[in-house]
Amino acid sequence: MYSVVKRRQLSDTIVLLEVAAPAVAQKAKPGEFVIVRQNEDSERIPLTIMDFSSEKGTITIVIQEVGYSSALITRMQEGDAFIDFVGPLGQATEIENYGTVLCVGGGVGIAPVHPIARGLKEAGNKVISVLGARNKELLILEEEMRAASDEVVITTDDGSYGMKGFVTHGIQSVLDKGVKIDAIWAIGPVIMMKSVANFTRPLGIKTIVSMNPVMVDGTGMCGACRLDVGGETKFACVDGPEFDAHKVDFDLAMKRSVFFRNEEAAAYHQVKCQCEKEGK
Amino acid sequence: MASKAPRHEMPCQDPIVRGKNFSEVALGYTTETAIEEAKRCVQCKKPKCVEGCPVNVSIPQFIEKVAEGEFLEAAKILKTKNTLPAVCGRVCPQESQCESKCLLGIKGESVAIGRLERFVADYEMANGTGKFAKPTPSGKKVAIIGAGPAGLTCAAELAREGHAVTVFEALHVAGGVLMYGIPEFRLPKAIVQKEISSLKDMGVEILVNQVVGKVTSVQELMESGYDAVFIGTGAGLPYFMNIPGENLNGVYSANEFLTRSNLMKAYNFPANATPVKVGEQVAVLGGGNVAMDAARTALRLGAKDVYIVYRRSMTELPARAEEVHHAEEEGIQFKILTNPVQINGDENGNVKSMTCLRYELGEPDASGRRKPVPIEGSEFELPVQTVVVSIGQGPNPLVTTTTKGLALNKHGNIAADENTMATSIPGVYAGGDIVTGAATVILAMGAGKTAAASINEYLKTK
Ligand SMILES: Cc1cc2nc3c(=O)[nH]c(=O)nc-3n(C[C@H](O)[C@H](O)[C@H](O)COP(=O)(O)OP(=O)(O)OC[C@H]3O[C@@H](n4cnc5c(N)ncnc54)[C@H](O)[C@@H]3O)c2cc1C
Ligand code: SF4
Ligand code: FES
Repeated sequence: MYSVVKRRQLSDTIVLLEVAAPAVAQKAKPGEFVIVRQNEDSERIPLTIMDFSSEKGTITIVIQEVGYSSALITRMQEGDAFIDFVGPLGQATEIENYGTVLCVGGGVGIAPVHPIARGLKEAGNKVISVLGARNKELLILEEEMRAASDEVVITTDDGSYGMKGFVTHGIQSVLDKGVKIDAIWAIGPVIMMKSVANFTRPLGIKTIVSMNPVMVDGTGMCGACRLDVGGETKFACVDGPEFDAHKVDFDLAMKRSVFFRNEEAAAYHQVKCQCEKEGK
Repeated sequence: MASKAPRHEMPCQDPIVRGKNFSEVALGYTTETAIEEAKRCVQCKKPKCVEGCPVNVSIPQFIEKVAEGEFLEAAKILKTKNTLPAVCGRVCPQESQCESKCLLGIKGESVAIGRLERFVADYEMANGTGKFAKPTPSGKKVAIIGAGPAGLTCAAELAREGHAVTVFEALHVAGGVLMYGIPEFRLPKAIVQKEISSLKDMGVEILVNQVVGKVTSVQELMESGYDAVFIGTGAGLPYFMNIPGENLNGVYSANEFLTRSNLMKAYNFPANATPVKVGEQVAVLGGGNVAMDAARTALRLGAKDVYIVYRRSMTELPARAEEVHHAEEEGIQFKILTNPVQINGDENGNVKSMTCLRYELGEPDASGRRKPVPIEGSEFELPVQTVVVSIGQGPNPLVTTTTKGLALNKHGNIAADENTMATSIPGVYAGGDIVTGAATVILAMGAGKTAAASINEYLKTK
């Protein structure tokens, strides 16, 4: 069993869990993900790795409550255990010394950016991180990102913290200082990754995004996770999750991500009622 | 003493009723019917049926015990050659194997070997002790990659020899296609798990959630003390048609559709949290057993019209006759000599129809079958909201691409010696769909068994 050794509430709906999974922790690299099942009846859901420690034998994940399956996980306490925890999966980030790199994270997307920023910094890059959130309360992992970066720019939609605006404004502010950016990693909601891709395309800056489509097995067996990248069908779980942002068909990805929305809403409703009954 | 009675029919759930549930279609023989059927066997001195069985089950011997009512004795005989008899009795294509060779089949109807096998295995599950005599440990360790029929059979055979066997399985349960692919209504998952638990009783260790190629590798397993490795990772990579519209919402690979329904029990949503969605009209592309399973699953999930869309004619359908028959009985509609050219979606990216072409049969092609040729101007639109692509699977590259020195064939399957299942790496063996391409349960089991015999010999040299 894969038990939760540490739990931290990062915001109202966002939770960090450090999970004992020694074999996975031994092998994990930035950019990879795990697939978890909370209990015997749960879905298999993919979560990008936020941190890993081979000494402690743990993998840290960050999850936001958006539906039934995530709600089961955000409600887990220290000592609770996942029934299944598979990984590491996917292709790791290509960490090398590019020069100056931007690590852009939006919302919970800041979590998977964290190990990438740290890895890039360790490889000798100058790492500037741009962190975006809707408001101050929803901005997560600021301290960890400061430790993993040389510089941090913060943007909030409502201006309650840092710059007012979106992550693209944050990227612009870096460019305005005359910084030459050699590569960008951007992870967050699909719509955010699409805007970053559109923003950097005319500038010709190498931009990588990490896609998080619906998955089932995570090993290339089902094709649920397919995406269109440069006119070719790719399986995010084995070919990705990182892809060249300038080639991903984000509109298709957005449409695919809502296919089961009604079913998910129905299931979510059920768990909420259940929890209210139990007084949680 | 052989009885002259006709072959006994398998009792089945009514087609209308079963089209709405996921319970097993075939209900199994009663003890009386089993004894009666067993009495039809003439106990040939040189039984041809045994030659037809890829694992050479001692067919007349076990059938004789059934005729005598000694069902547990029959099970013992069966299990010396076949580790998963309750599975094989249900899913083996007996009509082209053991039963096709049966002497009675020449003039009339063959003995219902598969049904008797199923009866005996089920009887033993319900009434047997399931006790195995533990062999003396050999001190040797073997790693098996993949818990499908190939891997499980190899594991069982090696455990019998006293080797310490560990199976590494990527998914959260063992069984391979038996769990994620073949539907509950043909092969109840509880039966598969019971067969697997009897392997565990033999001392086989099964580790789930272990994706070899990621969390460990063949090389690391060898370095960490395993004396030999068997690779049985199956044919898990779904093929698509490569036609426009294939990434629309509502288009599934058969693997995804069946995995959601079987492995994740989506038919029981929301109690089981994985959803699956079917429209009123469903098109299944392809004509094999997998396509029949997908079509019959779609029907049970509530679709009104389920079409099998297949390029050639009924006579070329690669699916087993029995499966086609069951599908027809349940009301699956066959749109033969038809092939899709495009899948069309609405503004939200959901499937709304499929543009198809009608075909006619032309000259025989390289496979000897008459080649389907499109009829000009025959384009038409078929309204559907769900499309299940079921045109085959290839080898998953996770293990093959992370194992240095492992020779592959041009399709990406592992090249293994036919007689020993040895690969290009000493101590590494492979078998099942990863070697042959998508085939059958019993062929995978046969390969696992052959590999186990070779591994056993190999370990003696170490
Ligand atoms: C829908 C469907 C219906 C079928 N119906 C029939 C039928 O009626 N009769 C019949 O005889 N045959 C049938 N078949 C074919 C039959 O199921 C297969 O030929 C057989 O299961 C092959 O066995 P295998 O052990 O080689 O592979 P599989 O059963 O595919 O098992 C391979 C296992 O390896 C695991 N694995 C893969 N990669 C890794 C990795 N990197 N690390 C660890 N584990 C890994 C997989 O998760 C899987 O559990 C059907 C197939 C399908 C898909
Ligand atoms: S294992 Fe298959 S081929 Fe062999 S006797 Fe049983 S049904 Fe026939
Ligand atoms: S999740 Fe099944 S292939 Fe990617």
